[in-house]
Amino acid sequence: MPEILFREALKRGLQEALENDPRVFMMGEDIGEYGGAYAVTDGFLEKFGPERIKDTPISEQAFVGAGIGAAAAGLRPIVEFMSISFSLVAFDQIVNMAANLRYMSGGQINVPMVIRAPTGAGVQLGATHSQSFETWLAEVPGIKVVCPSNPYDALGLIRSAIKDDNPVIVAEPALLYGDKGNVPDEYYEIELGKADVSRSGTDITLVSYGYGMRPVNSAADSLEERGHSVETIDLRSLNPLDIETVLTSIQKTNRVVLVDSARRTGGVMAEVAAELQQRASEWLDGPIMRVGSIDVPWPYNRGLEREVLTDAGDVLAAAAEGYGM
Amino acid sequence: MINEVTMPSMGADMTEGTIAKWLKAEGDQISRGDKLAEIETDKTVVEMEAYADGVLRRITVEEGSLVQVGTVIAYIGDPEDEIPEAVSDPVVAESDTQPSEQSDAPAPAPAPAPADSVLAKNDIGTEPIAAVSSVAGGRVKASPIARKIAAEKGIDITTVPGTGPGSRITKADVENFTPSAQFASSGVSRSVAIDGSDTPLSSMRQAIARVTVRSKTESPHYYVTHEVNMGAAMTFRSQLNEALDDGSRVSVNDMVLKAVATSLVKYPKWNSSFDGDKLVGHSEINLGVAIALDEGLIVPAVMGIQNMSLVEISQAVRDLGSRARGEGGTLTQDELTKGTFGTSNLGMFGTDTFAAIIVPPNAGIIAVGAVKEKPIVDNGNVVVGQTMNATISADHRVGDGAEAAIFLSEFQKTLENPVRLML
Repeated sequence: MPEILFREALKRGLQEALENDPRVFMMGEDIGEYGGAYAVTDGFLEKFGPERIKDTPISEQAFVGAGIGAAAAGLRPIVEFMSISFSLVAFDQIVNMAANLRYMSGGQINVPMVIRAPTGAGVQLGATHSQSFETWLAEVPGIKVVCPSNPYDALGLIRSAIKDDNPVIVAEPALLYGDKGNVPDEYYEIELGKADVSRSGTDITLVSYGYGMRPVNSAADSLEERGHSVETIDLRSLNPLDIETVLTSIQKTNRVVLVDSARRTGGVMAEVAAELQQRASEWLDGPIMRVGSIDVPWPYNRGLEREVLTDAGDVLAAAAEGYGM
Repeated sequence: MINEVTMPSMGADMTEGTIAKWLKAEGDQISRGDKLAEIETDKTVVEMEAYADGVLRRITVEEGSLVQVGTVIAYIGDPEDEIPEAVSDPVVAESDTQPSEQSDAPAPAPAPAPADSVLAKNDIGTEPIAAVSSVAGGRVKASPIARKIAAEKGIDITTVPGTGPGSRITKADVENFTPSAQFASSGVSRSVAIDGSDTPLSSMRQAIARVTVRSKTESPHYYVTHEVNMGAAMTFRSQLNEALDDGSRVSVNDMVLKAVATSLVKYPKWNSSFDGDKLVGHSEINLGVAIALDEGLIVPAVMGIQNMSLVEISQAVRDLGSRARGEGGTLTQDELTKGTFGTSNLGMFGTDTFAAIIVPPNAGIIAVGAVKEKPIVDNGNVVVGQTMNATISADHRVGDGAEAAIFLSEFQKTLENPVRLML
């Protein structure tokens, strides 16, 4: 399989949609002339023209609203935030409008809109540009939220997101745009709402998504070097949340460490932990361990930022504390 | 503000301690630094100081109770402060025969007051655990899956030793558990061992085992021995003792300690501790003195010995020895845990030469034998002299053989020119 970058996988998915479906168009800050803050839409303006690749003012609320209107009218907009932190100014449009229109209209109006947004810390963008609000958005009924951790999933998920008739948030970990991974030339999609057992094992289950899979994979390697058989689960989709896959795994391993790279408090893993304790407690051989980034504003300073961000050491410490591994 | 008083750790290998005696009572006014209680560890009895001002509001662990390090043993605060109800860790029973109670067992008949907070000893572990895995006192620490499997197999969970964090009974513990004959319900009578029985180790013996194994496995020892001509030192000592009109006497060992202290001042590297990628230097010299008690070996330290004269060292060591034997007070936590270098002396048994095991995390220990009359060569003539062998056990991570030899020769020169002992 050819190896491509995470950003190239996204680009491929977007380009296919633009080529194959005339209803698809894109809006966002600096996606046209500049080619996108992370160069995902580089060359799109030349290829598809300003009618379909629209540079917007710094006006998230306005262009999300425009996207909702276009979607309701039958187009399939793809809207890009420069950072998921900027979703905050458009929350009324996303949460009140996009998520609720179908329900409020008794199914008469669909909003087949994709919102793409870089998420997470680690690239020294400071407190206001480093947050992970997919954790907030994942709670809202009526929108779907996905967050890929590798190029293969990025392509498979963006394809499904564009095809879906509901608003879908695609949170793209900022630290992963330059990651490489194998992506086949053959067409595939990844169903929204399905977690991936990315490594199969019997002794402990490590669960994460997005950037969190990097410390998880690293910790899994370390644990395996010590002779433990590790299962890793990449949630991929935060809403719908695939708890069944985690439950199945825990019935096998009896041990679990839940890993958020977002801030620990109120992270997605808090929800997973609550579900597990209610539905799987009799299978557990110890406490449900949960790690996440420290609950502070994201530091700009490189050393501090790394200190705050979840790393493999945090995962290993949790495995040691909870299960003596 | 209410302050928790917890069982302190008085050494890296201390996992639990017994409240030997409360020195304050509930309602007493406490100032920071007041002696709160005597804590008995597997090594000795240490006085514990208060770290907060206020009123001793409640004592939550009675005298004689063994609890894990970190367990709340009392609360200090203002009289109007609320005292938390939850007790973080259950008390460990003194006796292994104390039956443990399971929360899901039928309610027991009214028990003596402490019983509901008592667990069998093997239910309490040696490792700290952050999460509270068993809610209140009286519960067995077992994981849900372990309970489930135990129930399926008909195993009484209270008889299974736990090996998980906090000695939690894990799935593996239950799966690997074989009920022993004495618990089996087959009516087989308990066999009583009469001959060839095992001797359980005292907790002190176990601690010595842990510390020495740790030292010999972690710290690469090597040994350098010098023969010290003690003639001048012995003459000096008798003159000094004659001059001391208060009846006190300086011993050979006091001179050894003073010589070690001055040598450490000159070569402070040996007063440091290896720590991964660095040597941790110590600004004080706290010189450990190996003391053989009936119960076993302890190595309390003479604190800040670099500032003491020979006579002061002599008094300090005598005081340390008395307290080690339980006369006139107890050893402090610092004396037991903050030694920076070691000494050991088997001279009183006529030992010529021996090598000691370093007390972690020290860099070395000097072991001396008896001062003996021996033929020595003096200016080409064989004469009767007095010699003593000194052997340094040194941590090779801290310094190499040549450095230990230089250090030990400084020690030797100091004793051979005893006027230096007065510097």
